[in-house]
Amino acid sequence: MESRICIFLLRSVCVVALPALLGGCSWLRTSEDEPVYTEAEPVIKPNIERRTITEADIDSEDFEVGAYIGVLSIEDFGSNVVYGVRGDYHITEDFFVELAAGTSEAGDTSYETLSGGAQILSDDDRDFTYYNISVGINILPGESFIANKYAFNSGLYLIGGVGDTEFANDSHFTVNLGVGYRFLLNDWVSLRVDFKDYIFDSDLLGNDKRTHNLEGTAGLSIFF
Amino acid sequence: MLQCLASAAVQAEVRYFQARIHEPYIELHTGPGRGFPVFHVVDRGELVEVIKRRTDWFMLRTAKGKEGWARRSAMALTLTPAGEKTAFAEANFGDFSRRRWEAGVMAGDFEGADIITAYGGYMVTRNLSVELQMSQAFGNFSDALSASINLLAQPFPEWRVSPFFLLGTGAIYTDPKVTLVNEEDRTEQITNVGVGLRVYLTRRFIFRAEYQNHVILQDTDDNQEIDEWKAGFAFFF
Repeated sequence: MESRICIFLLRSVCVVALPALLGGCSWLRTSEDEPVYTEAEPVIKPNIERRTITEADIDSEDFEVGAYIGVLSIEDFGSNVVYGVRGDYHITEDFFVELAAGTSEAGDTSYETLSGGAQILSDDDRDFTYYNISVGINILPGESFIANKYAFNSGLYLIGGVGDTEFANDSHFTVNLGVGYRFLLNDWVSLRVDFKDYIFDSDLLGNDKRTHNLEGTAGLSIFF
Repeated sequence: MLQCLASAAVQAEVRYFQARIHEPYIELHTGPGRGFPVFHVVDRGELVEVIKRRTDWFMLRTAKGKEGWARRSAMALTLTPAGEKTAFAEANFGDFSRRRWEAGVMAGDFEGADIITAYGGYMVTRNLSVELQMSQAFGNFSDALSASINLLAQPFPEWRVSPFFLLGTGAIYTDPKVTLVNEEDRTEQITNVGVGLRVYLTRRFIFRAEYQNHVILQDTDDNQEIDEWKAGFAFFF
């Protein structure tokens, strides 16, 4: 009797414990979805790490945002500091679109300075703000060299567009034209220098006339 | 705890898309544009990492650590490490008729006033899209700001010159010039009916021109009718 019990216990140990010991932990882990071997199953399984990264995961950096500061010469109202922000979307290597907004404050006209006390505009009306939507064309791309060790990508661009200028409590349809220089410090930071002419019609000093407002700015932007 | 930190570190490590060059060779430029000089050449069979993309250029890193930019069209034959074909092809007319998003700028005439419009649209189906238009008009006697939502139907999405019809509604804010007329600012509802054309130019560019007839639903007297003509450029993605 004892020997029968002994044999039974030994058998059950063999059935339960031995495969577990031989197969190790991996056998226990895969026990849930035990593989069903079919004829199509390859004998050797290549041990390849499957990469789950696809083309859609490649980081695309077509946007550029930045801020700038400079000088704006408002026709008849002197030159003043201007600052603004802009966002660009690079459509192709050649073309980009830009949304920009800036603000400045008009100074005194020569008449106001000479006459002493006369004021054409109130202080609030001297605020000069604008926004515009422009298209830029990259031209003359290349490398710029500093000393004999450093090379940076750079390029000129022509830019032009339309927008709105709020000045003297009035909105003015404004055309802008300009040229700029983009100097890339690395793949995603650029220094930009822009010269632009903002052209709009104004009847502020009596009769209608076309005003040219020249702006020179320097700015920093990043690609993302 | 340590294990946690270790796994977090593994996750934080950036992994890039890998590609095997199948062209005879690929030129690496210093920048993302054809004008930037070529400084390195990658041979067929080499494995490269694709770091990032700007417009139609990819920044590649070779096994030796050289980083440079390759044109998308130059990589049309490039394979994944497993030997599958990649889809590094340039945007073309096929992409235009399958586009999902479209954004653009137009300028034109709004019953004698200059108008500028920015818009963005989403293609719900190949024939129908929903668009949001924001406009500013600069007139002699008043300025106006308007925002409207439009439904566009294009019966022939597969045509290069594709006409569309437009129907929508929105609001218009009119600001009369104080110096000329003594009127108050007002906001009114506006309805839009229009026809237009989209012309696929190249790459991601569309030329677009449209005519819209607006009815401004005024509180006081008769409704005002306005003709608007405008044209501009758009791109899709």
